[in-house]
Parts: sequence; structure tokens; C-alpha cells
Amino acid sequence: MNMVQALNSALDVMMAKDPNVLTFGEDVGYFGGVFRVTEGLQKKYGKTRCFDAPISELGIVGVGIGMAVNGLRPVVEIQFADYIYPAYDQLVSEAARIRYRSVGGYTAPITVRSPYGGGIFGGETHSQSPEALFTHVAGLKTVIPSTPYDAKGLLISAIEANDPVMFFEPKRLYNGPFDGHHERPAVPWSQHPASEVPEGHYTVPLGKAAVVRKGEAVTLLCYGTMVHVARSAAEESGIDAEILDLRTLVPLDLEAIVASVRKTGRCVIVHEATETGGYGGELVALVQKHCFYHLEAPVERVCGFDTPYPHGFEWEYFIGPARVATAMRRVLEG
Amino acid sequence: MRNTVKLSLHIPDAPARPGEKPNFSYLQIPEAGSVRCPDVATSPAEMRDLAYDLIRVLDWDHRAVGPWNPRLAPETLRRVLKLMVIDRIFEDRMFRAQRQGKTSFYMRGLGEEAIAMAHAFAVTAKDMCFTSYRQQGLLIARGCPIIEMMNQVYSNAGDKQHGVQMPLHYSFPEYGYFAMSGNLATQVSQAVGWAMASAYRGGDKIAVAFVGDGATAEGDFHAGMLFASVYRAPVIISISNNQWAISMCQAIAGGEQTTFASRGLGVGLPALRVDGNDFLASYAAVQWAAERARSNLGATVIEFVTYRGHSHSTSDDPTRYRPADDYAAWPLGDPIDRLKRHLTALGEWSEDQHAAYEAKAAEEVRALQAQAENIGTLEAGKHPNPEVLFENVFEQPDWRHKLQRQELGV
Repeated sequence: MNMVQALNSALDVMMAKDPNVLTFGEDVGYFGGVFRVTEGLQKKYGKTRCFDAPISELGIVGVGIGMAVNGLRPVVEIQFADYIYPAYDQLVSEAARIRYRSVGGYTAPITVRSPYGGGIFGGETHSQSPEALFTHVAGLKTVIPSTPYDAKGLLISAIEANDPVMFFEPKRLYNGPFDGHHERPAVPWSQHPASEVPEGHYTVPLGKAAVVRKGEAVTLLCYGTMVHVARSAAEESGIDAEILDLRTLVPLDLEAIVASVRKTGRCVIVHEATETGGYGGELVALVQKHCFYHLEAPVERVCGFDTPYPHGFEWEYFIGPARVATAMRRVLEG
Repeated sequence: MRNTVKLSLHIPDAPARPGEKPNFSYLQIPEAGSVRCPDVATSPAEMRDLAYDLIRVLDWDHRAVGPWNPRLAPETLRRVLKLMVIDRIFEDRMFRAQRQGKTSFYMRGLGEEAIAMAHAFAVTAKDMCFTSYRQQGLLIARGCPIIEMMNQVYSNAGDKQHGVQMPLHYSFPEYGYFAMSGNLATQVSQAVGWAMASAYRGGDKIAVAFVGDGATAEGDFHAGMLFASVYRAPVIISISNNQWAISMCQAIAGGEQTTFASRGLGVGLPALRVDGNDFLASYAAVQWAAERARSNLGATVIEFVTYRGHSHSTSDDPTRYRPADDYAAWPLGDPIDRLKRHLTALGEWSEDQHAAYEAKAAEEVRALQAQAENIGTLEAGKHPNPEVLFENVFEQPDWRHKLQRQELGV
């Protein structure tokens, strides 16, 4: 399966298993979503379980929260992560805090899916990576898969979680494991081992990172599309990097990070999101707190430049293996 | 083409400011009983007039008249009156408690008691009310022990919300009272979602969303109404138009050119505009909307025209922005006084009985307050253990909460 099919399968499995699971959003119903993630679900489960919503993100999320409070497990789609800001108040002030303010009297187990990240010539309104706006919020979980297998297992975990979950889907990975080499022909998922996705129910737990490449020289902390960029950077540079795919940012697998960085003594953090105030800063702080006496060099970040996402400069802006390799070399020299 | 006049902005202002005579000439008040009461199954397009009129049942002689008269038994009306009296006394005590330094904050619902009471009697505790600030009468009417509300206001050891939430931001699932949010209007779309879940399951429960005139400006209010209309959600969207949003008059929220009820018309919802200080009219309107929702006919918007008799909260002084005698001049009167006069006119109540009941209720509330304060106030006495502050962020605390709890040493 590619990532779209894997996500579709996760929804299918959960809708078959639990009558309280439903999904809605813009173009989600009859059409099956602009990226086809909900394709066929309305036909299979009926209009009340998979339907179109008005173009109102705050309405979609607010209504989803109300449903979740009343015992359902809504999976809502925000068509692009770039469109999520009208719903920010609902997520930050409401979904994240309903359990807390009611001391568990009410809960809002909503899953918010949203295509995310760059690499598709989406310009400033179809390319953003706003995860840090959500990881900053107490009470929200944030998940970002990098493979079809993880996408399905993590989405099932998100739907089954009794807490609200932000589920960002790197849209450049929907059809293949893009590694930043835009000049090469696109590679489909079918050649990748993680495209082998079981048909039925399985989970990938929230809060567990995956070591996608073992290495000794430097630890690369990354998630989403950058996992594939990091892998190519290691292979092409010949640097024996250990690559951790964080998979969930909240809760974070601190143990796996600490174990790896203490072993390698060096750390580079890679994310698409703009650098200032990005999740990388949080990771730097945690690494220096927990691994300071094991570090051989300053921790480096390779992040999106602090500009809006520029349409005509996709490949100057998008992080490729060369930028990651350069940072690794600096850290190795340090 | 050149402009024939110089362009200028219109900035609405309150009709009267401190030192001026109260002025409510902007409010058109039809005679009680003059507004028609259509069948709930009537098409919304055929009852748009109700969004611009004002449903009133109690006339100037305190008689119940017209097609909206709910014909409630005097016994029920006496119960409502007594509950409103208790509500007012309770809130007065809590406001004073803040002034005495026993808690951080309070907001009184003086003058708006009938609105909460109308909902308490027209929808059940199994339905869900997503309240705003001034509907605690719902809890009192549904039998929530007042001491539990006081414990919440004091964030003391008896507070079932473990002291994590500001005073009067209650959460009482057992009384159909949703965990109140201080971010106004966010709960309108949530109420719609709650109601949609009820319909999704084929249940029979409905939801109510409360919002003030000021907060109808929020996007959540408009999105909530739209979703309610699109999916025909069994929900009532109740606007308490108390004329003021802290210091801003209702004209700033867009009440000058049209009514708040009429906001519903644009999305095709039926909308009622009601005298919110008339318990009978308010009850009849909620009852009508609830019947519509329960008949699977969808949502109704109701504007309750009322007046915020006190400050916005303990943090503002209304004499700084409106005439000191504004409330006394409010043409729709006081909801407790009007119901009292109605019952008296029926021969079912008297001034003496009322005075005696007020004295008894004040004594009871005072005794409960002493009990609550015996447990603790915000500043003194027994409080929840601080470890609770790390609980319920998630279903299970993560490593951060464990480390931070150690750091706090609890």
C-alpha cells in the first residue's frame, strides 16, 4: 500500500470495528478527499459516517469536539495543515483542556488529520509544517508518520486514544518515500519494505520512536519526510549516522533519544518547519539536559528557513540530503 | 464618478453614559400576547417575523396572556420563583465573598435568572447545556448541592474540579452542565456536535448552547449555527442579549441595525426573540424550540432580551461606563419581581410570603456558606493536594508530568 491507501485502510478498519468512529471534512464524503484518503468510505459506511463539511475549520473541529464529548470518536480532516489556524482556538483552548477542566468528567477523543509539509510546489498556503504550534500546547498529542505501515498503525492508535490527537500526514510521502532528490524520478512505495501493510487491525504505539538506521557517528533526530532525506544523506555522505524517526512528538520517546545521543555523542535535528521556535529547539534543550556530558560537539539543527514557503524556490527551500550532510560534517568536525 | 458626500465612519455608542439619563428608546416593546405562536413544524421561511418581534406573556397588569402562555401550574411557578430567589441570594453571597478576599473572581447573573430557569424547566438534565457565565440557576434548579458550587468558587478541598478552574466555571456531568469555557462562543459548535452525536446514534437527547450578545460576533457562533442548519442538529442556540459586553453596548456587537435573533435567518434557522425577563415567555420559547428539536426538525435560535443588572464581573465597575440607575430604568423590569407580581395577582403568593421566603432562603444559603468556608476558601483552610495539578492533562501522565511533579516536590 502507499500511504494514502494505508490511511484509508486504518479508517476502514476502525469504522468497521467501532460504530462510534466517523469521519468528515471538506470534500471528504462523496469525493473521498482531495488526496483520496477517505475514498470509498461513504459508499461503504453511509453518509452519516463519512460526510462533507462546510468550509469552516473552526466549525469542523468544534463540532468534532462536541461529538467526542458525547461518546463518538470523530476523525476530522483539515484539508491542508495550512488551513488549520481558524480551528486553533478550538484545539488549544477546548480540545486540549476539556479533560483537565472537568477533572475527567468530560473527554474529547477527537483525531484531527491533516496533510502537511512541503515538496509539492504548494507555496505558502499548501506547504507549511505547523507542528510546534500544537506540541507547545498541554493536552494535545502530535503524531507524524513517515511510512505507510506506521501511518496506518499510528492512525489506529490515535483513533483509539482517549485524548485528542493531531495527526499530520507528510503529503509528499503519500505516493512514495521522497528523499529530497527532486531531480530524480519519483520512487513509488511499492519498492519500500514499509509498504507491506497488513489488511486488518494493528497498532503502532504513540510515544515510541523507531531506529530506522543504526549507526555510531552521529544521531539524526527527524520525522515525516525528513526521515527519508536523512537516510539518503547518511548513505550518500558515507557518514555512519543513527537515524531516529520520532513518529510522535507528544508524547516524546525521550529514552530512545537519550540512548542514541549518549552512544554517538553527536546530534543533528532535521525538520521541515521553520527554525525559530520550532520543535528542534525543544529537542536541543532536552539533549543538552540529558546528554550534556556525552556530547562531543554542539547540537545542530537543519530546519526550514525563517521565511514564508516560497513557491518558485521549492528546491532552494526544501531540505535535501546535501544540507543534512553538511550539518553532520560540521558536527563531526566539532 | 465623484462622491457627493465626504465619507465618514459610524461608530455606535451606548444611548446613555454615566451622568446621563438612562435611555432605552431603541427598544421596541410590543404588547404582551401580541406575537403569534406558529406550530413547530412551520417552515422557517414562514416565521421570519418572529426574529424581529418580542414574545411576551406577562402584561403590564401581571397577567399571563396570549398564544405563548405556557399555562404552567401555580405550584410550578412558585417553585421557579423560589429557585430564582435562592439563585440571586447565592450569587450575591459569592460576589461579596470575593470582595472579602475569599476567592479571586465572581460574576453575577442579576436580572438574568429567568433565562437559566426557563431552560432548567424546559430541557432535562439528560440533555446537555453548554453554558456561558450567567446560567448557574440551571444547577440550582436541578438540585446540585449549593455547597458544591461554593466549594468550586473557593477552590477548596471539597471542589470536585480539584481547584483547577476559575470560580463559577463549573463542570457537572450529573446535571447536564458541560465544563464551562471562559473562551466565549467556542461551545456553540461543540453543542451542535454534541447534538449531532445524539442524532447520529438515533437517541432522544438535545443540546443547548448559550452565548451573550457580545460573543455572537465570534466565528464559532456563526459556524455553529451553519452546521446546526446544514445537518439539522437537535440543538437550541440561546443568546442572552443583556445589552452589555463588559463596557461595550450591544450596538458594538451589531445590535443596532438588526436583532441578534435574526443572525439565525441567514443560515435558514427559525429564530425567536423573547422578553428574557418574563419567565413564562422564556419558558414557552425554550419549550417550543425543544419540541422542534425533539421532533427531528432541527435547531432554533432564541434571543432573550434582558439586562445585565450587575457588573460584568468583580473586575469592573459599571458606573464607569453606564448610568448608575440604568438597571432600575430597564423597561422590561426584573424577572423575580415580575413573576412574584404575577403569582400575587393570581392569589397564589403574597408580599409577606415572599419576604418570609427570602429571609429563610438567605439563612439557608448563609449556613451553607459557613459550611463551605469551614472546609476552606481560596486563601485559607483545606485545599486539594497540589499533585492533582498534573492529573487529567492526558488520560495517563507522561514523563514530563512525572518529572515536573518531582520538581514541585509533591
